[in-house]
Amino acid sequence: MTITRESVVARVDDISAKYPPIESSLIEILHDVSIEYNYLPGDALKRVSENLGIPIAKVYAVATFYKGFSLEPRGKKIIKVCKGTACHVRGGDRNIDEIKRLLGIGPRETTEDMKFTLEVVNCVGTCAMAPVIVVKDKYYGNATPSTIQEIIGSDSMETDTGEALEGGDV
Amino acid sequence: MRFKSVKDLETQIEKAKKAESAVKKTILVCAGPGCRANGSGEVIVALRRELESRGIDMKVEVVVKETGCHGFCEQGPLLTFEPSGLQYQRVSVSKVPEIVEKTIVGGKVIKSMVYRDPESKKYIDEYPKIPFYLHQTKIALRNTGHLDPTSLDDYLAAGGFAGLAKALSMESGAVVDEVEKSGLRGRGGGGFPTARKWRSCINAGGDVRYLICNGDEGDPGAFMDCAIMEGDPFGVLEGMIIGAFAIGCNEGYIYVRQEYPLAIKRLQHAIEVLREAGLLGEDILGSGLNFDITISRGGGAFVCGESSALMRSIAGKVGEPRAKYIHSTEKGLNDLPTVLNNVETWVNVPIIIENGGEWFARFGTEKSKGTKAFALVGRVINTGLVEVPMGITLRDLIFGIGGGIHKGREFKAVQTGGPSGGCIPAELLDLEVDFDRLDEQGSMMGSGGMIVMDERTCMVDIARYFLKFLLEESCGKCVPCREGLKQLTALYDRIVEGHGTIEDLEKIEWLAEDVKIASLCALGKSAPNPVLSTIKFFRDEYIEHIEDRRCRAGVCKPLTRLVIEDDCIGCGKCVKVCPTDAIAGELKKLHVLDQVKCIVCGSCVEICPVDCIQVEPAKIAGEVTG
Repeated sequence: MTITRESVVARVDDISAKYPPIESSLIEILHDVSIEYNYLPGDALKRVSENLGIPIAKVYAVATFYKGFSLEPRGKKIIKVCKGTACHVRGGDRNIDEIKRLLGIGPRETTEDMKFTLEVVNCVGTCAMAPVIVVKDKYYGNATPSTIQEIIGSDSMETDTGEALEGGDV
Repeated sequence: MRFKSVKDLETQIEKAKKAESAVKKTILVCAGPGCRANGSGEVIVALRRELESRGIDMKVEVVVKETGCHGFCEQGPLLTFEPSGLQYQRVSVSKVPEIVEKTIVGGKVIKSMVYRDPESKKYIDEYPKIPFYLHQTKIALRNTGHLDPTSLDDYLAAGGFAGLAKALSMESGAVVDEVEKSGLRGRGGGGFPTARKWRSCINAGGDVRYLICNGDEGDPGAFMDCAIMEGDPFGVLEGMIIGAFAIGCNEGYIYVRQEYPLAIKRLQHAIEVLREAGLLGEDILGSGLNFDITISRGGGAFVCGESSALMRSIAGKVGEPRAKYIHSTEKGLNDLPTVLNNVETWVNVPIIIENGGEWFARFGTEKSKGTKAFALVGRVINTGLVEVPMGITLRDLIFGIGGGIHKGREFKAVQTGGPSGGCIPAELLDLEVDFDRLDEQGSMMGSGGMIVMDERTCMVDIARYFLKFLLEESCGKCVPCREGLKQLTALYDRIVEGHGTIEDLEKIEWLAEDVKIASLCALGKSAPNPVLSTIKFFRDEYIEHIEDRRCRAGVCKPLTRLVIEDDCIGCGKCVKVCPTDAIAGELKKLHVLDQVKCIVCGSCVEICPVDCIQVEPAKIAGEVTG
C-alpha cells in the first residue's frame, strides 16, 4: 500500500466527519487514524490540526504523550508482550530478553525488514495464563523463550513458503 | 421498543422473566478475557453447530449464551449448565460432540471435565460447592458470567432496571441518602465515600454537571473492571443513569482503556440499545430526566486513571494531573462540577437502590461496607476473578479460595493496590482486607489486583519493577516524581547488578519519603509504597543483595548462576525449554549446564519437575566456572 499525502488527507477528512470539530474529538480521531494506518502519518497529524483548528504542536504533544500512538510505521506482525505484574512474577521479562536476543529489537522498535514490532503492554487481563504474548488475536499463554522462537519461526516459514510458491508460478 | 413510562418498563420486565422461566436448560459459555484467550469463542461456534445438526431447539430446550467472566480462569474455558449448576472445565472444541451426546441428550455427567478437589479427590458437580466459589459473595459481579451481555431482555429478566424504576419513584435526595446508608466507598482505590462525593457535586451549584465512569483500569495484574464492562455493561450504565437522576446531570462519559476493545464494543452496543429503549436520551421513562453517555477511549497512559488527568484526556488534551486542592466535584471536566466513579462503584448502585442501603451495609466491616472484586493472580493455584465481603482475611482469600501456592512452594508476599500499593508479608496473612487495614500496612486497596508471590519472587526486583513502570508512566509534569523515580531506579539498578552499598539503601529510603511528600498527584505520592513496604518487610533480602551479592530467588541475573544438582532425573524437559542450548545430557542421566551459554532466564527452573536446578550466587566480575 502506498500512502500519498492526498490519500491520507482524504481518509482523515472522512474520519473527522464522524466527530464534532472540537478539541475533545482529537484523541478519538487519532485512534481511528491509527487503526487505519497502524501508525500516525505526519500528513495525518497536519490535517487533523487543520480540521480541528488546533495548533500542530498540540496535536503532536497528544500523539507523543499517549503510548497507544506511534509516529513510526510498525511491522507486519506486532508482538505484544504483557508486562503486567502477574506476567512479571511468572517470568515475563525473559520473553522480552529473548526477542531482543533473536531480533535485536527492544520495546517499541521494529526490525529493519518491517516484519516485527515489539510492544510491551501493561496487562491484557488474561493473568491466569501468565506470562502472556499476544500476536494479532492469538494469545500465547504460559509463554517461554521457546514460544518466541515458535512465533518468529512460524512467520519466517510462512513468508518463505509464500515466496517460493510465487517464484514457482512465474 | 421504546418505554415511555416506568409501567412500560415493568411490563417488559415481566415478559422477559416469563420467557426466561420457560427455558429448560441454559448453557453459559464463558467468554471472559481468560477463557476467550483459551479458545472459548471456537467452543461456542462448535456447540451451536452441533446442537443445530442434531435438530435440538435452541430457543426453549437448550439456550447457549456467550457470557462474561465466570471467574475460575485457571480452569478455563468454562461451560456452566443452568439450572443444574454443573460446570465443565478446560473444555475444547474436540469435546463438544461428547458433551452434546452424553450430557445434553443423555443427561449424564462427564467426570473428566468436572472439577476434582485436590485434597479429597472428590468430583464436585455443582460449581457453587467448589471451594473457589463457595466462599464468595457476588454483588458487583452478580450478573457477570450469568447473562448474555448483549441482551437487554436478559438483563431485565435478571432484575435489571428495577433499581432505576425505584429511584425514579423517589426524590433525588432520597437516592443519595440511600447510597449514604449503604456506606459505599469508591472502588477505584481511594475509597472516598460515594454519597459524599455526589453531595459535594450537587452543592457546587450551576446548571451543568458531568458524570464520569472511570474504566481506565491501568493497574497491571487487575482485570475486574474489564470483566464487569464486558460481562454486565447494562449494570454499569444503569448505575450511571441512577447517578444522573440523583445528582441532576445530563451528560455522562465512560473512559475505557484502548487495551479493552471488547469492553468498548459491548458498552457501545448497550448504549445504543438503551437509547432505542428510551432508557438513555430525552425524558427517560417519562420522568423528565435527560441523560446520555459517550464513550471516550484512553490512549494507553496509566496516569489517566487519575481523575484530573482523565478529565483532561476526555477534553482531548495531554493527560497531566493538576493539584488536588481543586476538587473535581466543583471544577472537573471543562471546569464544571463533575462526579467521577469507578466501574465497580457504578455497578453497585442499582442493587443498592433496589435492595436498600441497609441491605448492602450488612456486608463488610465497620468502615468498609459491602464486597470487593479482586483479580487473584500470580503464583496462586486458582487464578481468577473473585468477589468477597470486605474483612475477609488474606489467608482465606489466598489459601481458601485461591487454593494456596503453585508446586507447594512457600508463600512470600501478596501485592495489593497495583503500582501504588505495597507488599504484605506472610506474617500478616491474617490481616482483614478492607480500605483502612491495608492502608495501615503501607499498602492500599487499589482497584483490586492481588498478586501472590512465592519464594521464586525477588522483592528487590518487584520494587524495581514498579518503579520502572511508574517512571515510564510519569507524565513528567512535577519534578519529584519525574526525577525522583529516575534516581530511585538508578539506585535499584546498582543493587541488582551487585554494586549496591548500604548507603544506597539509606538514600532510597529518604528519597522515597521525599517523593511521597512532594509529588503533585497520587501517582507520584503513592509511587514509593512498593519501595518502602518491601524495605520494611523484606530488609534482609536487600541486605543479602548488597552484602552477599546474592539474590535468593534467582531473579536478579547478574547475581545468579544456575546449577543442576545430583538429584536430576534426566527427564530432558529443561533441555527442551532452554533457549540457548546451554543444557546437555542424555535421557535418564544427570544433565549438565554450560555456564558460558546460560543466560539465566530461569525457564529450566520453572519446568523442572523435581526442583533440582538450584540458584547460587554468581561471582561478580570474577571468572565463570562451568
